Amino acid sequence: MIMIQWILAIRYLWKRRISLLAVASVALCVFIVVVVMTVMNGLVEEFRGKNHRFVGDCVVSTESLVGFVYADEFLAILDRQDFIAGASPVIRGYGLLTQPGAEWNMGVEIWGLNLARHIQATDFAQTLYYHPQNPTTAFVPSYNPSLPGCILGIDMMPDRRNQDGTYYHPPQPRQYELIVSGFPLTPKGGLARIGTDLVNTLHVYLSDDSHSGLVKIDGRVVYLPFDTARELFGMAGSIPRSSAIHIRFRPSVGLEAGCERVGRLWNEFKQSCRDREYADLLGEVRVQSWIENRRGAIAPMEKEQTMMIFLFLMLGVITVFIIFVVFYMIISHKSKDIGVLRSVGVSPAGVVAMMLIFASLVGLIGGGLGIAGGSVFLARINTLEDWLYETRGWQVWNRSVYAIGEIPNQIHPPVLIVIGLSALAACWLGALVPAFQAARKRPVEALQPGIL
Amino acid sequence: MSAILTTRDIRKSYRMGPNLLEVLRGIDFSVEAGEFVAMVGASGSGKSTFLHILGALDTPDNGEVIFGGHNLARFGRGRLNEYRNRSVGFVFQFYHLLDELDVVENTILPAMAASSILSWPARRGPARQRATELLRRFGLGERLKHKPYELSGGERQRVSIARALMNQPTLLLADEPTGNLDSKTGNDILNVLEQLNREGQTVLMVTHDDRIARRAHRIVRLADGRMVTDRSQ
Repeated sequence: MIMIQWILAIRYLWKRRISLLAVASVALCVFIVVVVMTVMNGLVEEFRGKNHRFVGDCVVSTESLVGFVYADEFLAILDRQDFIAGASPVIRGYGLLTQPGAEWNMGVEIWGLNLARHIQATDFAQTLYYHPQNPTTAFVPSYNPSLPGCILGIDMMPDRRNQDGTYYHPPQPRQYELIVSGFPLTPKGGLARIGTDLVNTLHVYLSDDSHSGLVKIDGRVVYLPFDTARELFGMAGSIPRSSAIHIRFRPSVGLEAGCERVGRLWNEFKQSCRDREYADLLGEVRVQSWIENRRGAIAPMEKEQTMMIFLFLMLGVITVFIIFVVFYMIISHKSKDIGVLRSVGVSPAGVVAMMLIFASLVGLIGGGLGIAGGSVFLARINTLEDWLYETRGWQVWNRSVYAIGEIPNQIHPPVLIVIGLSALAACWLGALVPAFQAARKRPVEALQPGIL
Repeated sequence: MSAILTTRDIRKSYRMGPNLLEVLRGIDFSVEAGEFVAMVGASGSGKSTFLHILGALDTPDNGEVIFGGHNLARFGRGRLNEYRNRSVGFVFQFYHLLDELDVVENTILPAMAASSILSWPARRGPARQRATELLRRFGLGERLKHKPYELSGGERQRVSIARALMNQPTLLLADEPTGNLDSKTGNDILNVLEQLNREGQTVLMVTHDDRIARRAHRIVRLADGRMVTDRSQ
């Protein structure tokens, strides 16, 4: 590395306005990528986290509305495992929700939960508004503990969400009487009752609301006590059934290893039950990690993220092209300088090295400015959005529509490093072709103006 | 005196569309240490091309350039760069100073080109001292920190000569050094070259002007790519 390369690279940077434009274009591209990638990654991570917290680490479940038998026995096996921190049986079914005398009704998903177990297996307790400290009593209406309670997904109650994303909560749950109806099914999948009384109907009272942050859950799930839901769907009886078991592993257990162990236990259990009544229902049961279980919800968002990354790769290509054009112009104008340098003994490799030092300076300064600017912007993004909403009534996402709290602005240093290095690589790529072209010229050619 | 540079049958041609333009048609030439040689010829006679070949800024299609007993064609890239850096100094008609550097920095350019970033701190002082001495000698003592665009044509050319002399080359090659200057300023430049030659510097100057050529000890005339006369005066 010879001295003149550094001196000229630094002078070209500070003395040429077009060099500063190149720095600005790199900074702008890096700024946009940092902001959008951080927000997009944050949204996806937040969404994945909410799904994980809601279902636990592993789910043993069936898609069949009939459920599966002997879940209580398998639960007892799980309870004896030292790698499991908690396991909770769940009843899942579909029904109708209405109010006495009301002219409306809505199709809902009904989950039956054993709260004492479920808060060990998942973070369900954190979704409750009125009972976060004593979640096991969440099915007890505070206004009349003798009434049967239910928990509603928070978005099932109209006009509860403000446009700024906050929810309105009265000091205690309103005394809503709700009617929940479900179709009880036999283990073979037929209706448990025949005649006119096909449906089980319950009168329950609102005792709490659940805000999981998952739109499809908060907008359509009614939670009932486990035994109540089991009765509702005809899953109680001599051979009781369940829809799922949610499991949380101890912190030291990896997701894949834990799921594999549960899978082995399930296969052994299934094998031991093969000659028992309704054992065919066990064949429908799947052991899945939370990621597999919630794939249908997570996948579209991850797909969106992939699309976004692809779009930003396109932006990266455009950046490389802009830098290429800028460098081509700079080097074309500096053809004479290259000729002079060659005439005093600088080698072609020395010329390329000088241009790469110049490109590195453009990339480092532009990338640094973009990262710094992006970081400052992200640190203030929520304040800025609040201010825009207060003064102009403008929001990035209307919180009454989208289940998003604050705009994610958690910066991940590895992402910044990758973006910074990409900017540097883009500068090198943009500078390499014109630099090689310049270096290949004979000195006498380079000394002729406008030769490149 | 002994020849420091010799050429044998130098030929050079350029393709101009379908035609081949023969610029140099076999030139045998030599220059001895301490000579002041003027090479004259009409525009297009090939004199600048010949000078570029001697300075290793261009390559001949045929023939040899022998410097210090070595054929330039056999030099590797590194040795060729060293030849340009240390053995010859080039003075261009249009000065070719770098706008981003000041007068001293332009002058020490060949020294910087030969120094690594690690060795430069030790060499910087002596290099700046020599550059300052050369510039003061050429009447540019008050212009050391000026940028090229702040100088007159004559001043720029004197900086260009100082740069060419920075590494004390064996041979100074000057391509129409007064071609872009008025007669008085051009005369000053010739005085500088004469003075350098009197101190032992070998100078080969290309010009199209016979009056300027007469300031040299020896005049070589090119016409149609051939050397037609070679006389000492």
